[in-house]
Amino acid sequence: MSESFIHTENLCFSYLDSEGKRESPALKGISVDIKKGEYVAVLGHNGSGKSTFAKLLNLILEPTGGRLVIDGTDLTEKELNDDLLLQLRRKVGMVFQNPDNQLVATIVEEDVAFGPENLGIPPAEIRIRVDEALEAVGMTRYAKHEPHRLSGGQKQRIAIAGIIAMMPQCIIFDESTAMLDPNGRKEVLDTIRMLNRDYGITVLNITHYMNEAALADRVLVINDGLLLLDGTPDEIFAQRDLLERVGLEVPQCADLIYRLRSLGVSLEGSAISTPEGCAAMIEAAYKKQQEGGKAHG
Amino acid sequence: MKGISFGQYYPSDSMLHRMDPRAKVVLAVLYIVCTFLCNNVLAFAALLLSALLLVCMSRIPLRLILRSIRPLLLIIALTSFINVFMTKGEQLLTPADWRIQIYAEGVWNAVFMVLRIMVLIIGTGIFLTYTTTPLALTDALELLLSPLKKIHVPVHDFAMMMSIALRFIPTLSEETEKIMNAQKARGANFTTGGLLQRAKALIPILIPLFVSAIGRAFELASAMECRCYHGDEGRTRMRVLKFQASDALAIVLVTLFGVGLFFLNRLGIGYTRIS
Repeated sequence: MSESFIHTENLCFSYLDSEGKRESPALKGISVDIKKGEYVAVLGHNGSGKSTFAKLLNLILEPTGGRLVIDGTDLTEKELNDDLLLQLRRKVGMVFQNPDNQLVATIVEEDVAFGPENLGIPPAEIRIRVDEALEAVGMTRYAKHEPHRLSGGQKQRIAIAGIIAMMPQCIIFDESTAMLDPNGRKEVLDTIRMLNRDYGITVLNITHYMNEAALADRVLVINDGLLLLDGTPDEIFAQRDLLERVGLEVPQCADLIYRLRSLGVSLEGSAISTPEGCAAMIEAAYKKQQEGGKAHG
Repeated sequence: MKGISFGQYYPSDSMLHRMDPRAKVVLAVLYIVCTFLCNNVLAFAALLLSALLLVCMSRIPLRLILRSIRPLLLIIALTSFINVFMTKGEQLLTPADWRIQIYAEGVWNAVFMVLRIMVLIIGTGIFLTYTTTPLALTDALELLLSPLKKIHVPVHDFAMMMSIALRFIPTLSEETEKIMNAQKARGANFTTGGLLQRAKALIPILIPLFVSAIGRAFELASAMECRCYHGDEGRTRMRVLKFQASDALAIVLVTLFGVGLFFLNRLGIGYTRIS
């Protein structure tokens, strides 16, 4: 599991302005190493460069500087021809924000088949892959439905199924839950978790929801085109002041622990990214206090 | 608007529904030729009978089919009007001193024209729109026209555009409704005023609609690229169409029907249309 899947060194990118000149860089040099099978959340406020980062990893955008290695293929200085792009996109799938704008076909199963069809897979195998992908996202009974009649969360799960059917090693979710209602968001997040755990797919979830980031194994915080923080959710959320300065709020439970601590309450532990972890810390501290009180009396 | 469904596809499990869509396209073309072959009463009677047979076979309610003729009533009325009053023949029906003269030939021609248009609509509807999903139809057209690829006609691209257009019709119509509501909430008025005023009122709907459609197009293009779309080179299909013996038989039958009509015309029984 320790094998590196995505490796970047000083990765840079600047967009072209309307006159064809490079604007000020959106990414100013990011160096990370993402291992196979990791579940990584990428946090950042609007315009931080997190979406640009995602698009570089899938080569929708070509880096303007730095080194990029995907699954052992060094893409630096390499001519990006169609064959190479196909090979890479087969490995790294991407799910976008608006589910409506990524579904191609008028029937759910036809849409899921779109990716494998493009890869030139034999019809019988496409059938198997489509059925498996729909099963994986729990949408088998909607196979013959028209996508526009489904809910946002369901549409997004179809989009995910369309990517799974291509059997990628890594899936990037570019704010895939941003347009969904709470139910839809939960459906998609459960699916992401399952893909990572049961299928061993490397997951990159680009988001600005803290609660989503808390579900990941590792969090990258990008600010102003640079990598600001890199660590476990617990480590990241402990840096409340720094996060606040770059316009990010820690989850409410982590905020509660922070406030209690600043009031002088002594709380032990570091599991601040989940409500359960925070509750356990507070409970432990309360018990300790009561026991201390008994000992006095 | 959510319940909107495009094309007039009527889900059922009739023989016609199960047919290979390519065969149905061919049959529709043959059937159109048949409607134009008819020239006399006998041939038209046979044609009408065949249309009724098709309706029965497709198991589509007659009411639904008649409804599809409604938008064309004006054209039908106009052509029959012209035929009745403008055809000159030998058998005068009105008194000779009337200013408007109607000939028997004119009436026959009008009746034939109405029948022809109706059978044309019913026939193509039954072979294509009622029994075939838009998706299957696009597939069929792509496959049937694929020989044109040899002379560099981008058949696949057209088919892809067509299916994407079909996919986005409900999405965009939903969006139109949203934009209209947003404009109404700000006091826009789409229902009163003259034609010009109403046309002007549509501009604030069309502009945001176009802007968003272009945005969608860009996103869709990246999403398609991400799913390795690169034209039809090396592309396979999940659903493989199978041309069965029954499809071939149907084509043979309709061809024979056409030949039969040709001979019925020759018999010269009843009125024969003059052109």
